[in-house]
Amino acid sequence: MNPNLNLLIGLAMGLNLLSLGTSRLPALIRTMAAQGVILGVMPVMMEHEHDWRVVLIALATIAGKGLVIPSLLRRAMRTAQIDRELDPLIGFVPSLLLGAGGAIAALALAHLLPLLPEHADTLLVPGALATVLTGFILLIGRTKAISQVCGYLILENGIYLFGLLLIKAMPLLVEAGVLLDLTVGVFIIGIIVDRIQRAFDSLDTRKLTALRE
Amino acid sequence: MKPHLLLIIVPLLAAALAAAWPCSRTRPLLLPAAGLLHTLLCGWLFFVPPAVEPGAWLAFDPLARAVLPVVSLLFLICAWYGVFYLKVRRERPNRIFVAALLAVLGLLSAGHQARHLGMLWIFTEAVTLAAVPLLHFNGTPRAFEATWKYLLVGGTGIALSLLGSLCLGYASLHGGGEGNLTFVALMAQGAGLSRPWVLIAWVLLLVGYGTKMGLAPMHTWKPEAYGEAAGIVGAILAGGVTSVAFTAILRIRCVVGAAGAGAIADHTLLAIGLFSMLVAALFLLGTRDFKRMLAYSSVEHMGILTIGAALGPAGVAASLFHVWSNGLTKGALFLSAGNIRRAAGSASMDHVRGMGLLTPRSAAIFVTGMFAVTALPPFGPFFSELKVVRAALAAGHGVATAVFLGCLLLAFCGLTRVVFGIVDGRPRHGAMAGGRRYAETTAVVLPPLVLLGLSLWLGLFQPAVLLDVWAAAAAQLYPSP
Repeated sequence: MNPNLNLLIGLAMGLNLLSLGTSRLPALIRTMAAQGVILGVMPVMMEHEHDWRVVLIALATIAGKGLVIPSLLRRAMRTAQIDRELDPLIGFVPSLLLGAGGAIAALALAHLLPLLPEHADTLLVPGALATVLTGFILLIGRTKAISQVCGYLILENGIYLFGLLLIKAMPLLVEAGVLLDLTVGVFIIGIIVDRIQRAFDSLDTRKLTALRE
Repeated sequence: MKPHLLLIIVPLLAAALAAAWPCSRTRPLLLPAAGLLHTLLCGWLFFVPPAVEPGAWLAFDPLARAVLPVVSLLFLICAWYGVFYLKVRRERPNRIFVAALLAVLGLLSAGHQARHLGMLWIFTEAVTLAAVPLLHFNGTPRAFEATWKYLLVGGTGIALSLLGSLCLGYASLHGGGEGNLTFVALMAQGAGLSRPWVLIAWVLLLVGYGTKMGLAPMHTWKPEAYGEAAGIVGAILAGGVTSVAFTAILRIRCVVGAAGAGAIADHTLLAIGLFSMLVAALFLLGTRDFKRMLAYSSVEHMGILTIGAALGPAGVAASLFHVWSNGLTKGALFLSAGNIRRAAGSASMDHVRGMGLLTPRSAAIFVTGMFAVTALPPFGPFFSELKVVRAALAAGHGVATAVFLGCLLLAFCGLTRVVFGIVDGRPRHGAMAGGRRYAETTAVVLPPLVLLGLSLWLGLFQPAVLLDVWAAAAAQLYPSP
C-alpha cells in the first residue's frame, strides 16, 4: 500500500483536531474544505491503474467537499450575518482532549478488527473512526447551526474514508449516492439555516426551545 | 416496462408534473390521481404477484407484497383528504408540497422493493430528504424548528446506516464476497461473512434505521415533527415512511441471522423494542399536546413492531399484520386530530376542551380511533398485538410479555387522559367567540372514517389472503434450511 496514503490520512486526522480546537467559524469551514480536498486525492493515490470511475469519484469529491459546499456555507454565513465566534457547549480544550483520546482509541480498536491483507497496514479504519467521532463531538458540542452542519460534514467525511476500503469491490452506486445526497442535503440544510435565521434573528440552536414538554 | 417499476415511476413522474403544473388550484388533484393509479397497480401486483428474479435489485417480492399495498391505500385516502386540506390552506403555496408528497410515495415504493443494500440506503435517504418540505409547509418558526431537528437527527441516523451498510459490505468482502450486495447474495454467503464486522454493521444499521423508524432513544425528532406537521403528513410519515425503515431492519436481520448471529440480533431487537414501549408509555403519561401524543403512540407501536421482529416467523407475520392495522388506525387518528387542531387553534390540553361539542364528528372518530389504537377489540390493532403476545409466549419470553402488557396499560392511561381532556367539558369562550366555527364537511370527515372502517374490517374479517401474504413474507425472511 502506498505510504503516501497513510500520510494523507494522518493529515486528515490532524485536521480533525484542528477543527475541534478552532474558535472561529471561517477557520472551521477552511479546515473542512482542506479535509475534503485531501479525501478527494486519496482514491487516485490508492489505485495504480486509473479507472475512469475512480477519477470521477476523486473529481466529484474535490469539487463537492472542497469547493461547492464550503462556498455555500460561506454564503449562508454572510447572508445570515452571524457572529463568527463559535460558542461551544463542550469547551475547546475538552473537545480536543476527547478528539485526541478518540484517535488513540480508534488506532487501538482497529487492531482488533479483522482486515484484508491489503488493508492491514493502512490507517483507513482508525482514520474513519476518529473522523466520525470528531463529527459527533462537533454536532453535539457546538451550538450554531452552521457549525453543526460542519460537524455533520466531518461525520460524512469519516464515512467516506471507510468507503475507500470498498472502492474497488463495491459498485460505484454507493459512492455516487453519497456525493449526491451530501450535496442535496447541504442545499436543503442551507435553505433551512437561512429560514431559521429569518425566523429567529439568530443562528443559535439553543434558542430552538419552543418545543418542549 | 415492468409493472413493479411503474409503482416507482408513476408517482415520480406525477411529482415532476406537479412541480411544473401552472395552476395551484387544480394541482392538488394530481395527488388522488397518482394515488389511485398507484393503488390499482399495487392491487394488481398484490393479486397477481410477479415472478421474482433472485438477483434483481428491485422487485415486488413477498415482503414488498406484504407491506406496500397498505402504504398505497393509506396514501390514496390521505391524498383524497389532502385535496380538501389544500383547498382550506389556499394561502400557502402548494407546488413544493404536492411534488414532495408524490415523490415520497415513489421513493417509498422503491424502498420497499429494494433487495440491494445500497439501493435500500439510497431510497431511504431520498425519502428523508423528500419529506423535509412537507414538514415546514406551515412556515411557522415552530415548523422550522421541527424541521431542523428532523433533519439533524434523521440525517445523523441515515449517515450511521450508511456506515453500517459499508461495514456489512466489508464483512462480505472479508469473507471472500465478489462485491454483490443484494440481500440474497449476502444471505447465501451466510457464515462466510466476517463475524466482528457483521456485529458492528448490525449495531450501526439498527441505530441508523431505528432512528428513521423512531425507536427510543433515537425518537427525539418524532414529537417535534409530528406535533408541527399537518395531519396528512403525520399520517404518511407514521404509516409509510416508518414502515420502510422497518422492512429495512427485517431484511438486514435475516442477513445477520444467516451469518449466525440471529440470537444476538433478536435479543437487541427485543430490548430496544421494549425500551421504546416503556419510554413512549412514560412520555404519554406526561404530554399535554394531543399531536405530540400521537407521536409517542407511534414510538410505542414501532416498539411493538420491533418486538414482533425478534420473535421468529410467527412474530414477523404478526408484525406485518401490525404494520397494516397500526398504519390505518394511525391514519384515522392523524386526520381527525388535524381537523380538531384546525377547529381549536391549538394542540395543547391547556387551551383545548369541549371538542365533542365543537367538532362532534371528528371527535367521535378521534375517540374511537384512540380505543382502536389502544387495542380494543374488534379493531385491527387488538388482533395484531394479540398475535405478537402469542408469539412472545410461544417463544418463552414471559417477562418480556409482562412488560409489554404493562406498557400497553400505561399507554392506555396516557392516551385516554389527553383524549378525554380535549373532547370532554365545555368549549372555551375563545373558541366560540370567533363566531366562525370550523365547518366539518363530509370531505374532511369521510377519509378518517374510511381508515377507521378499514381498521375494523381488518380486525373483524382478517382476510385469509392477507394472512397468507404475511406468512409468505415471514417465510421469505426465514428460509427453511
